[in-house]
Amino acid sequence: MTKTLLSLSGISKQFDGKTVLDELSLTIDDGEFITLLGPSGCGKTTLLRMMAGFEHPDEGTVTLSGVDITQTPPEHRPLNTVFQNYALFPHMSVFDNVAYGLKMEKRPKAEIAERVEEALAMVQLEDFARRKPHQLSGGQQQRVAIARAVVKRPKMLLLDEPLSALDYKLRRTMQVELKRLQRELGITFVFVTHDQEEALSMSDRIVVLKDGHIQQLGTPREVYERPANVFTARFVGQTNFFPGRVTNIEGERISVDVFGLNRDLNKPSFRVAMKQSLHVLLRPEDIRVLAPDDTEGVAGKIVERNYKGSTLDSMIELEDGSHVMASEFFDEDDPTFDYSIGERVRVSWVDGWEWLLAEEGDEPLTDEEELAADDAEH
Amino acid sequence: MMRSIKQQPFRAAVLVLVWGWLLFLVLAPNMLVVGASVMTRNPSTFISLPLNLDAYRQLFNPLYLDVFLHSLYMAALTTLICLLIGYPFAWALSRVEKRRQMLLIFLLIVPFWTNSLVRTYALKLILATNGLLNSALMSLGVIDEPAQLLYTEGAVIVGLVYLLLPFMILPLYSVFEDLRQDVLLASHDLGAGRLATFKNVVVPLTLPGVLAGVMLVLLPAMGLFFVPDILGGSRNLLVGNVIKNQFLDARNWPFGAAASIVLTLTMALLMFAHRLSKRRLGEEGA
Repeated sequence: MTKTLLSLSGISKQFDGKTVLDELSLTIDDGEFITLLGPSGCGKTTLLRMMAGFEHPDEGTVTLSGVDITQTPPEHRPLNTVFQNYALFPHMSVFDNVAYGLKMEKRPKAEIAERVEEALAMVQLEDFARRKPHQLSGGQQQRVAIARAVVKRPKMLLLDEPLSALDYKLRRTMQVELKRLQRELGITFVFVTHDQEEALSMSDRIVVLKDGHIQQLGTPREVYERPANVFTARFVGQTNFFPGRVTNIEGERISVDVFGLNRDLNKPSFRVAMKQSLHVLLRPEDIRVLAPDDTEGVAGKIVERNYKGSTLDSMIELEDGSHVMASEFFDEDDPTFDYSIGERVRVSWVDGWEWLLAEEGDEPLTDEEELAADDAEH
Repeated sequence: MMRSIKQQPFRAAVLVLVWGWLLFLVLAPNMLVVGASVMTRNPSTFISLPLNLDAYRQLFNPLYLDVFLHSLYMAALTTLICLLIGYPFAWALSRVEKRRQMLLIFLLIVPFWTNSLVRTYALKLILATNGLLNSALMSLGVIDEPAQLLYTEGAVIVGLVYLLLPFMILPLYSVFEDLRQDVLLASHDLGAGRLATFKNVVVPLTLPGVLAGVMLVLLPAMGLFFVPDILGGSRNLLVGNVIKNQFLDARNWPFGAAASIVLTLTMALLMFAHRLSKRRLGEEGA
């Protein structure tokens, strides 16, 4: 069914003795929208530049449709790039920018004119052909960059954080537009971003990268609901990490002690032993906040509340001092639903909604990752 | 108007200074030159009435036309050599690591701290019959007897290139600094090889720097009279020599003034062309 278009195998790359990519392997299927997601410095841009041919790996091979292109220069690769800051030719009109690639192919004039117009129509810029790039808005320049890249009908479109220079609203519009373009053109898109929300909403598959290693490769749902490790869980979306301890193992079920509550859970895919500590992960929207006189859950008090329009986000401090993030949708029956700071509540969740992860030398996020994750949320 | 000047004394002072400078030190001297060029030569008072265009007519004298053309040729050759050296030099300079870049630019500017006349004399010592270059070549056995280097056209060109090269490199460096790497990558990405990228992207985007450099080299190269004076002998004159000679030796001020006005107009024409090319590149209003 799915055909492999590009495959990277055993790719390593160092810059000034610093390892950027470490024996990384990845195959990209024909026609998919795949996103390389990670904090700055994770190697995602280097990986993209390697596909484009701007960088060559120290070790490993890049294969396109079965042909080794590891050392092929960019001008001989049937792939095109949309650059982060558009990289339009400032001295050429919009028309000439888009026509550039076809002129290099020495196409007949009539064909060039026709294909350029077609590409400009696709990004709704037919009326701007005579303008110079500096006479266009950021969003329009972005569209020109996309038209310029797709006019050559590449096998693959490489997009290097193409939306990061746009404001929030325009970014949302362009996200939808890029998805539409990808459907219409049927071209494989490789999209680089540090914005996890963008990655989740646009991709068929997400590659989560950190320190030159793939942390997880999967659909947005897999990455969000079943993160492979602590890094992915922290980087993609917000997560509560509860400390758990295995108290009983019986067939495919295990019992875990969380905050003194005994929870009966499905056995995770990794090996568990009695008394083992593990992370019990719960997304804020999976947390149930109950009345203080409820019998279920753990007691705590509200220390922060944030009105988010469609949800009410709160922070609850438990008696042992740990914090729980909760995100609740407004209920139609109770439109005035709210908390006051200091209000006593109980915290619980529905069994089966949690996700278990083994403890890993458990390094906390570095500042940079924290920043990148923050960035991605806004 | 009065109120705004009172409210902003600094602004007013700056405006007066700038306009005063332009009026008294730029416009007035140039008007004097224009005035002198249309007056009559007078051995005792230098210039006198009546007004006439004799000086301009004299410019078409084949003798002076020859000097002007030879001067233009030497200046053009100087400019070409400066461009051929300066273009790759500036490109390489813009690609060097930032901290080393500052050092290299500093080294480029250091010679300006020494008077150019002094530096030209230094060049004379190197090029002289028993100067440094000849002695070195002879002791290496490349030549048996000293070559005639000084008082040749080549010596004048070497002197002009030496003095004017930084004026070519600095504007070129500034356009190469602005040349974005991703634009070059985009060109490769779209199927252009090195040569096509150079022709279609690098050259057009650095053209303003080339024109600025040409302007800064070509015109001074026609006027730097002391270089032929020291290095060139009698046959390799520049327009600058003609002008100097008319004022100091021949005492023909109207003719000297007319020659310098032609030089100034040539400069104005080049600046106009520069502006046009800039507008074409869409850099104005950007």
